[in-house]
Amino acid sequence: MSLDNYLYLSAILFTIGAVGVVVRRNAIVVFMCVELMLNAANLTLVTFSRINGTLDGQVIAFFTMVVAACEVVVGLAIIVTIYRSRRSVSVDDASLLKQ
Amino acid sequence: MTTSSNLLWLIALPLFSSAILILSGKRANSWGHVLATIVSASSFTIGVVEFFAMHGRSDANRAVTQKIFTWISVGSLNVDASLMLDQLSICFVLLITGVGTLIHVYSISYMSHDHDRRRFFAYLNFFIASMLLLVLGDSYLNLYVGWEGVGLASYLLIGFWNQKPAYATAAKKAFIANRIGDVGLSIAIMIAFATFGDVSFAGIKEHADEASSTQLTAIGLMLLLAACGKSAQFPLQSWLGDAMAGPTPVSALIHAATMVTAGVYLITRSNFIFDEAPIAQLMVLVVGGITLLFGAVIGMAKDDIKKALAASTMSQIGYMILATGLGPIGYAFAIMHLLTHGFFKASMFLGAGSVMHGMKDEVNMRKFGGIGKFMPFTALTFGLGYLAIIGVPPFSGFYSKDKITETAFNAGGIKGIALGMATLLGAVITAFYMTRVVILTFFGNERWGHKDEPAESPALMLIPIGLLSIGSIAAGFIFSKGDGLVNWLQPVVNPLKEHHAEEFLPPIIVSLMTLVAVMIGLTVAILKYRGDQVAQAPEKVSVLVSAARRDLFQDEFNEAAFMRPGQSLIKILLNLDYILIDGLVRSVAATSLSAGVRLRTLQTGYVRSYALMMVIGALALVTTIWVVTA
Repeated sequence: MSLDNYLYLSAILFTIGAVGVVVRRNAIVVFMCVELMLNAANLTLVTFSRINGTLDGQVIAFFTMVVAACEVVVGLAIIVTIYRSRRSVSVDDASLLKQ
Repeated sequence: MTTSSNLLWLIALPLFSSAILILSGKRANSWGHVLATIVSASSFTIGVVEFFAMHGRSDANRAVTQKIFTWISVGSLNVDASLMLDQLSICFVLLITGVGTLIHVYSISYMSHDHDRRRFFAYLNFFIASMLLLVLGDSYLNLYVGWEGVGLASYLLIGFWNQKPAYATAAKKAFIANRIGDVGLSIAIMIAFATFGDVSFAGIKEHADEASSTQLTAIGLMLLLAACGKSAQFPLQSWLGDAMAGPTPVSALIHAATMVTAGVYLITRSNFIFDEAPIAQLMVLVVGGITLLFGAVIGMAKDDIKKALAASTMSQIGYMILATGLGPIGYAFAIMHLLTHGFFKASMFLGAGSVMHGMKDEVNMRKFGGIGKFMPFTALTFGLGYLAIIGVPPFSGFYSKDKITETAFNAGGIKGIALGMATLLGAVITAFYMTRVVILTFFGNERWGHKDEPAESPALMLIPIGLLSIGSIAAGFIFSKGDGLVNWLQPVVNPLKEHHAEEFLPPIIVSLMTLVAVMIGLTVAILKYRGDQVAQAPEKVSVLVSAARRDLFQDEFNEAAFMRPGQSLIKILLNLDYILIDGLVRSVAATSLSAGVRLRTLQTGYVRSYALMMVIGALALVTTIWVVTA
């Protein structure tokens, strides 16, 4: 099986994630879509690592996972705080950053 | 060249004294005038010592110099602040400090009731220092410093009583008219530097024949403009009449004897340029000829005694300027007339001040009359000055003016005849208006309309007038005895010893013509003004008289030709500035404001729209990279 298929898969995953971020209102789902995009990127990194026969891509994928873990912690904390104050996790409700 | 360390003191003494008087404030009120007078007298003493030292040396070694410090040393421009005293400047030094000291003495009494007398003396000393710098500077740049200094002193002293708005305006008018001339001088200096790479008199004199005639003409015309401004010559003459707003001693010292003659000095000092620039020299003649008649005509109609004398000053300086335009032979006579004029005009101005003193500051001659018997000394000295100015032998004006007329006729051809006739006509008019002044003031019926009889002025005022009168009697005779002054000045102004090959008319004929001219003017004036006069100026007068009363429309002309177009130009420029420059700046501001307003609507606050924008941005970026690299 050609390694190109992995790249197609990650492109598809990234697009789904990106569309999800833009389209969905639920903050949790938006968040999951962000994770999906991150992991699509990870998959690309690992694939290229295999193609080039070096370990650089895999190492960076580990870094990404660590950063993603931290991001999940912070992001979920923000979502929980927003829910506590507004009784809603819709991102459209938290639209105070205008004008 | 001999050096001397005295020259700096000539200038430094009055300058220090002026600073002391200004800085020490009211404390100096009691002794300020004494210090100022002593300092001025000290400068005069130094001048006399230098004169005798110079007299003792041979012709070639007479000039002395003193380098004070290196002023400018940039690239090829090297200017020292240094002074030079030669046969020409010593004449001025003695005139400035001599007449200046007498006027200081006079002012002690004349200004005694003024609570600001100390400030007055500070300005007078500042004037003396500046004027000395003007005549002692050894380069155009040094001269320029003094030139500006006397302009400032003149402004301060004309506006000395600046609590009266009209006087303050007169001061400003004088300053602005002078400024136009000053621009001419600075341009002349710039052209001289561009042409010769030097601004010193000696340096330019040495290389004057190497420059093209265009450059020399340009320098000459600009110097003439400067002279016109400072010496109240046509077309910059309008300020002198109003300058009479200043205290009378100022009118005598600055606006009759010394400062206004600076233009004559400038042209005489620049003889090496004018002698090589015939066009500029012709313009000098034209300016001198026009002004000598212009001033005389105005003088005929003025009722204000000081303004009549001011018009006369303008006319007499016209004579001097005309003489300087006559080339190497004329310079010495210009200076001779300048010196004799310094004596008799200063004495007459001080006499006018004395009359004003007796008449409670009245200046209208229509309200004088018969003052002679109440102020005999003033009348006598004024009369001597009068005889000198109209040119009656053996008084001083006769010698100097007669020589100018003679030299004018000898200029040759139509030019000579035209100039000679102009000077003769000037002599007729001078005799007329001066006789008018004397008759209206000192003779005839008493028209002052108040009971108090005018009393003779105090001795402190009369002694300076008396001493100046001696000058107006004897100066001409002394200067022309054995051609003394001409020979004295010859190394400076006429190094090639030029003289007229043939005389147009024998000197005795010219003298007789001058005397006839004087007699005509005198007789007409006596016939017109004998008998009782009324205290009112006649209202029904001919067009000519009303024109002369209004200074031959010089103010109206300046207003119509320069002031109004200038104001229109300023308005146009202002509008251009508002519409074009400001409009540009304002439209930049308006554009960014409206852009901001429009862009603000992008800030919806919806996270998803921001995310969409990020996606679009990222896609655009990737596409761009793809397109560029592919």
